[in-house]
Amino acid sequence: MAKAKIIVVGGGLAGLMTTVKALEAGLEVDLFAYGPSKRSHSACAQGGLNAAVDTMGEGDTPWEHFDDTIYGGDFLANQTPVKGMCETAPDIVYLFDRMGTMFNRSSEGRILVRRLGGVKYHRTVFAGATTGQQLLYTLDEQVRRWEDKGLVNRYEGWEFLSAVLDENGVCRGITAQDLTSMEICSFKGDAVVIATGGPGMIFGETTNSTLNTGYAAGQLYMQGVNYANGEFIQIHPTAIPGADKNRLMSESARGEGGRIWTYKDGKPWYFLEEWYPAYGNLVPRDVATRAIFKVCVDMGLGVDGKNMVYLDLSHKDPEELDNKLGGILEIYEKFGGDDPRKVPMKIFPAMHYSMGGLWVDFNQMTNVTGLFAAGECEYQYHGANRLGGNGMLSAIYGGLVAGRTVVEYISGQESGHKAKSSIFEFEVSRQKEEFKQIYKMEGKENPYALQKELGEWMTRNVTVVRYNNRLQETDNKIQELMERYHNIGLDNHNFWCNQNAVFIRQLWRRLQLARVITLGALARNESRGAHYKPEFPDRDDENWLKTTIAEYTADGPKLSYEEVDIQYIKPRVRKYDVDKEVTMNG
Amino acid sequence: MADTIRLKIKRQENAESQPYWEEFDVPYQKNMNVISALMEIQLNPVNAKGQKTTPVVWDCSCLEEVCGACTMIINKKARQACSALVDQLDKPIVLEPLTKFPVVCDLMVDRQIMFEYLKKVKAWIDVDGYYFAGPGPRVPEKVRRFAYDLSRCMTCGCCMEACPNVNDKSTFMGPAVIAQTRLFTLHPTGEANKEERLDAISGKGGVAECGNAQNCIQVCPKGLPLRRAIGEMNRLTFSHSLKKWLKAE
Repeated sequence: MAKAKIIVVGGGLAGLMTTVKALEAGLEVDLFAYGPSKRSHSACAQGGLNAAVDTMGEGDTPWEHFDDTIYGGDFLANQTPVKGMCETAPDIVYLFDRMGTMFNRSSEGRILVRRLGGVKYHRTVFAGATTGQQLLYTLDEQVRRWEDKGLVNRYEGWEFLSAVLDENGVCRGITAQDLTSMEICSFKGDAVVIATGGPGMIFGETTNSTLNTGYAAGQLYMQGVNYANGEFIQIHPTAIPGADKNRLMSESARGEGGRIWTYKDGKPWYFLEEWYPAYGNLVPRDVATRAIFKVCVDMGLGVDGKNMVYLDLSHKDPEELDNKLGGILEIYEKFGGDDPRKVPMKIFPAMHYSMGGLWVDFNQMTNVTGLFAAGECEYQYHGANRLGGNGMLSAIYGGLVAGRTVVEYISGQESGHKAKSSIFEFEVSRQKEEFKQIYKMEGKENPYALQKELGEWMTRNVTVVRYNNRLQETDNKIQELMERYHNIGLDNHNFWCNQNAVFIRQLWRRLQLARVITLGALARNESRGAHYKPEFPDRDDENWLKTTIAEYTADGPKLSYEEVDIQYIKPRVRKYDVDKEVTMNG
Repeated sequence: MADTIRLKIKRQENAESQPYWEEFDVPYQKNMNVISALMEIQLNPVNAKGQKTTPVVWDCSCLEEVCGACTMIINKKARQACSALVDQLDKPIVLEPLTKFPVVCDLMVDRQIMFEYLKKVKAWIDVDGYYFAGPGPRVPEKVRRFAYDLSRCMTCGCCMEACPNVNDKSTFMGPAVIAQTRLFTLHPTGEANKEERLDAISGKGGVAECGNAQNCIQVCPKGLPLRRAIGEMNRLTFSHSLKKWLKAE
């Protein structure tokens, strides 16, 4: 009997975790990615992974982790999956420990933990300041082990193009394109798992990798997969602005004692420590970002009058810094020119992560039967704001759950199901036709210039501070860009390695998702987590404690709302100037 | 008129076609790197002669020198394009694809061979399974530091490019895979498969083919302790071969 086979799209933490779990369960896996896994965006995750391993004897527990995550996400996350994630986190750390991840160690050779934002415990395990890279490599090595046995087929240098759905709307496989030969093919799978990461490129210059194109999520949304909480976009407080991207300066810099300050009345002013005495420099990202914005934009107190503040580690022991933060100090030194062991770094907030994503149920399945999603491309674990150290955790945990639930899903299917070959042929011809149309584009617009405009508009109006009139103008702008899209001219007509044509195809999906994000934000008249409207400065649980669901229609996204699972922790006021316990009694 | 900088790029349409040079003048910005210069060509694909041309093809991902994708030869040196800052480079800036790997298109090459080598030395830990079975072995922090330094290898290919013993006429697998072999023999669980790994780098293409030119140490962007790793693997393979020989006697 032929083995059941699944298709995994995405070679980062979530995709690889799903892959090894499915392989272990005896499934065959076709794994698609833009390139070798070592190039995935997971490699950029720096600070660490949260798990209440409590190796410092502080009395930390998975419940505390769960409560911090829900509170940090301003009560928008469904609590059941978050609880599962936090309870599993210590086991995940030990699994990676067994697989050889080189976590920093204590003097007894046990796993060391550090603090990150929005948390009072040392709960983040780390491998220098390149934790994502190290976790990613560990999983990549495991997948290579199976590849050596011939049980996983790696399609590297391929773009996922679309899901193949049968007459009942069940997902039966995908179409994909070899990005070198430009050949478009279909692949059958008993289940498909999407693990393609975030849509950062929508915002242009972000901390994301260039391959965070948003294509897969945008395409699936257009094929009827619901997109949830799109308006919740995390702006990381500390990034190094650059000409090509904004480089992340990890929250672990503050976890290891880094202080944020600027000059006020000629003296250093540690504004986070002053405004938030309970958490200081380790307030959650949305809070830190708004504070830096207020200091620079509203008060005009940025360093040298520019949009910058200091992130200062120069008071710390350089040897300890190298051991715990080496990777990020190197980045600052190479790209910023100064040595952060000696002088304070200059930083400013930048778009970093999407809390929103493809809607999934507690089994990681989307509203399309047989189509699953895990990692940043789905919406499930962070509510209105993600805590540092929970990103990698949710990617790995989502991958674990998907790797398990695809097995259950497939065993529940009638055996020997044969999808009609006509559905694959139809989808391939549809994809070929779209690609052919791109080769006929002879207009005056440059696709990279349109992308730049999109990124600038989104960054200006749909990030830290949001006003309804500007959100409406942004949506108008996106629609204008959609018009102008049809007047693009293709600059490269080769049928070999044509990045130009591929970029144009991606841009169309980015424009679609940009509308989802913008209109979701426009509709939500409250402030919650990363979504902040000065016109509606408070959280409004009565009207807005609900998940936004965007459904694709030809006229634009149709928004509806879904109840949030709050069965374990009752919503309470979220404030970081006082200890969390104070908010529990009020 | 705004300042421009000159790029001289070695281009090649596909694996079979002949390479050619094309020059570009791109507008200068402060803090520019080679990636942002290439992005300017995408925005305006016109060469220095004023002729319309195709945008240059290159490989990139993270743009913060942690993924290894954008490795190319910049002014004769193999390095990542993202961390190559325009202000620090001689002009014109000359960009070429790596020469030790097949060219796919323009500055993009195929480095698959490096991943194949990782399979040969079984560069992974043979865990029992992906279920939960408690913590792994304790590792002294001192050992962990050396292992972590080795595990930062991005498989970017700089060391392969710089090594004189990696060439058409040799089978030498290059420095990167030797460092990874050291990493996995260092780990307490990984040590269990030490013999197999040592076999893989004892024979043809193995560590003995290192000519000790030490160019790899100069070019590794992550400063991997390659000297130590290669030296130790030399010793380990030597005693491994000796043991095998004695046993055979």
